[in-house]
Amino acid sequence: MFATATPALAQSLVITGATLAIGDGSEPIRNGTVVISAGKVVAAGAGVAVPAGAKTIDAGGKWVTPGIMSGFSRVGLAEVPAVKETNDTSARSPFSAAIDVAPVINPLANPIAISRTAGVTRAVVAPATGTNIFAGQGAVIDLGADMSPITRPRAFQYVEMGEAGVEEAGGSRAAMILTFKMMLTQAQDYAKAPASYDGRSKDALLNRVDAQALVPVVSGAMPLMVHAESARDILAVLALRQDFPALKLILAGATEGWMVAPQIAAARVPVITAGLEDLPSSFEKLAATQSNVGRLVKAGVSVSMGMLTGDDALQLRAATQQAGNMVALLKVPGATGLSWGQALRTITSAPAEAMGLGDRIGSLTPGKAGDVVIWDGDPLEMTSAPVAVWIDGVQQPLENRQTRLRDRYATPTEGALPKAYEW
Amino acid sequence: MRQQGRALLIAALLAGLAGPAVARRDKEDAPAAQQGSSAEPENPYPSTYKPYPGRPTAIRGATIFDGEGGRIDNGVVFLSEGKVTAIGGPDTPIPADIAVFDGTGKYVTPGVIDIHSHLGDYPSPGVEANSDGNEATSAVTPHVWAEHSIWPQDAGFSRALANGGVTSLQILPGSANLFGGRSVTLKNVPARTMQGMKFPGAPYGLKMACGENPKRVYGSKGREPSTRMGNMAVNRQTWIKAREYEKKRAAGKDQTRDLGMETLADVLEGKILVHNHCYRADEMANVIDMSKEFGYKVAAFHHAVEAYKIADLLRDNGICAALWGDWYGFKMEAYDGIKENIPLVHRAGACAIVHSDDQDGIQRLNQEAAKALGAGRRMGINISDEVAWTWLAINPARAMGIADQTGSLKVGKMADVVLWNGNPFSTYSRPEKVWIDGALLYDSANPKLRPVVDFELGQIGAGDVK
Repeated sequence: MFATATPALAQSLVITGATLAIGDGSEPIRNGTVVISAGKVVAAGAGVAVPAGAKTIDAGGKWVTPGIMSGFSRVGLAEVPAVKETNDTSARSPFSAAIDVAPVINPLANPIAISRTAGVTRAVVAPATGTNIFAGQGAVIDLGADMSPITRPRAFQYVEMGEAGVEEAGGSRAAMILTFKMMLTQAQDYAKAPASYDGRSKDALLNRVDAQALVPVVSGAMPLMVHAESARDILAVLALRQDFPALKLILAGATEGWMVAPQIAAARVPVITAGLEDLPSSFEKLAATQSNVGRLVKAGVSVSMGMLTGDDALQLRAATQQAGNMVALLKVPGATGLSWGQALRTITSAPAEAMGLGDRIGSLTPGKAGDVVIWDGDPLEMTSAPVAVWIDGVQQPLENRQTRLRDRYATPTEGALPKAYEW
Repeated sequence: MRQQGRALLIAALLAGLAGPAVARRDKEDAPAAQQGSSAEPENPYPSTYKPYPGRPTAIRGATIFDGEGGRIDNGVVFLSEGKVTAIGGPDTPIPADIAVFDGTGKYVTPGVIDIHSHLGDYPSPGVEANSDGNEATSAVTPHVWAEHSIWPQDAGFSRALANGGVTSLQILPGSANLFGGRSVTLKNVPARTMQGMKFPGAPYGLKMACGENPKRVYGSKGREPSTRMGNMAVNRQTWIKAREYEKKRAAGKDQTRDLGMETLADVLEGKILVHNHCYRADEMANVIDMSKEFGYKVAAFHHAVEAYKIADLLRDNGICAALWGDWYGFKMEAYDGIKENIPLVHRAGACAIVHSDDQDGIQRLNQEAAKALGAGRRMGINISDEVAWTWLAINPARAMGIADQTGSLKVGKMADVVLWNGNPFSTYSRPEKVWIDGALLYDSANPKLRPVVDFELGQIGAGDVK
């Protein structure tokens, strides 16, 4: 109902009296001011001059942050994941790397509205594999209540290089690595002579369109997001640069990343992880610990968090819980946690930077998109919620079908007419 | 998540579940089995759990949530011989020669109780060889007992202890079947055997499942049930058989022992508690009618994402709702999940419980409760922290039939206690120490008081802070 309306125009906006968090890793400041104009941040901080004539909101000490960005999700690709008609995350298709999620993100999906209501304004959206180790091209989206969700289409290629990739590659890690190398080699063949590329014979691992899609990956023009969890798989992924030096890698998962943190840091590869994994839930996660994030950050790795453990189409709002728990570790003897500001960074500017969008979104620094949230309490506490959300400077509705259900059933008994008449 | 501002009312509603009518199947001096060929052994897999040694301990200066809705600021809890010996304000007398912990700025609660877990029967690592939660070969398997699947070496138990403060939990068989089998309640202590964890005297539960899972699992095999009406029909046919079996057994008549029927007969006699996986409001209403048709009682609906739509019905029938904080939408019957489910159920005067059904969620049930608490307060349902803690303590204990032994900090109850390093509804708080029956089994400051199960031993990451 909101999303079909004509998008509101971004107005100038000033928020004063905020407990202000910039999202760049710095700690929150008291009595901060945010100035938004033409959909972008003009200034944010303490002692910022308030321009005359702008619409001003006094936050009254409430928390103000940049919008939350999920470093990994499949939001907008599924309405009800278990209902296959609504689920576009993966396909048994003749195509793989060429698959592109951007045209099919559904901005009207209820999980988008529910996530927006929780202060999530941007998300990385990845496809899931169906026919081989390559899943296709993911996008970065905004969660605004309009019909234009795409921030950056074809933002990265997604490949499975852990246990899931092994399964797609026929059953062994050795086959998986060889498959990866041969596919990229064939993409190089395609790049050299597209017209004569053999995409149809039995020797071809990639049809023409998939080979074409991997050309920017081999050249480093498009980031390659690699899902790998175990320390050994992570090193194997980093080693792929020996054959393909231009690869612009992003590690997803990396539950055992802390074990090889110096190598990841030296390779300057950003990590997007789940944060809270601490069980040997599979043999590729034997060394799981919630201190993974803290140890990686300490080693100099840029770390983001996202929904890498399921519910990736629905629960993007868990980002604040992930981040809050990283702060909790500061009080646990022997654990490595994050400061509050660092924790917020993992769900705001860090994912933006991992996607190569650090100059456009992710923090309240001048020139960035006007994605702002006012919260009724500390945003990393589970008792808190947004009271106002802006995306690109446009104020967003905070109603969704869950709030409507809540209101309808505020009292469970029926009145003079059935519940169906209460709307 | 649910609530419990109305402890007395709920106690009255649940008296039939938790009272003396519940069989204490683990007592070694239980009466001999009745005669006849249907005679069954009273307690063939008895608990061997013994409390671990503790020492007289007091925590002083903390804020106490007693688990039944009470709060004591600057309180004292005194534990000795495995029990809560005293609880009260700062002047509560404690002996001079005991261990005293300063709880200033910290919080004390009874141990968290998870009414819905698959630790042990779906353990880590989650490989096919370990997948023992669903006997998905028939929609009716009341003859299986979850305890016979449990692998005590699941590292999930230790994480639930260290990060979640979980001291007791019910392990259920999975939800593929209409009648999934018997549950078992465990104390959350490391042990070599399931029996070494088994909660002494806890009644068994029967796992039942509504809705999509049974019809999907069997419908896809071309077998009954493939619809919700099929679910109900198979349920009713099974209860008809169970009634006949129970009648013969009660009369001492000869019949061949039938493990499944023994379980169902015990349900009909009120000895086994029904834990019914059921999402939708309309389906819960069907089950309530069915329970009346056959003369049994549902202790709790689990996963009841639509409980808020029929909170009055749950209240009027004395049925608890075991709920997630914010899960929704992953399947059709979860589509109407809302964050206010728990507070709405609570406010209606029904019994609300926070449950996990998840190896990760069980580590953060306090945070799941906080999500619901905050959502409720925003819609004007002002539930205090101490009352909200009933969702994690006395309410699940009552629905599991163990409230006379644990679930709150009352003199004489098991000393199952968590000292939190801050308000436990804060994301920033974690258990600092956890006692089970008065034994200190987790201490965040002592790496040696961090369990490492056999599976982890000698593996990378063993003994690491998790």
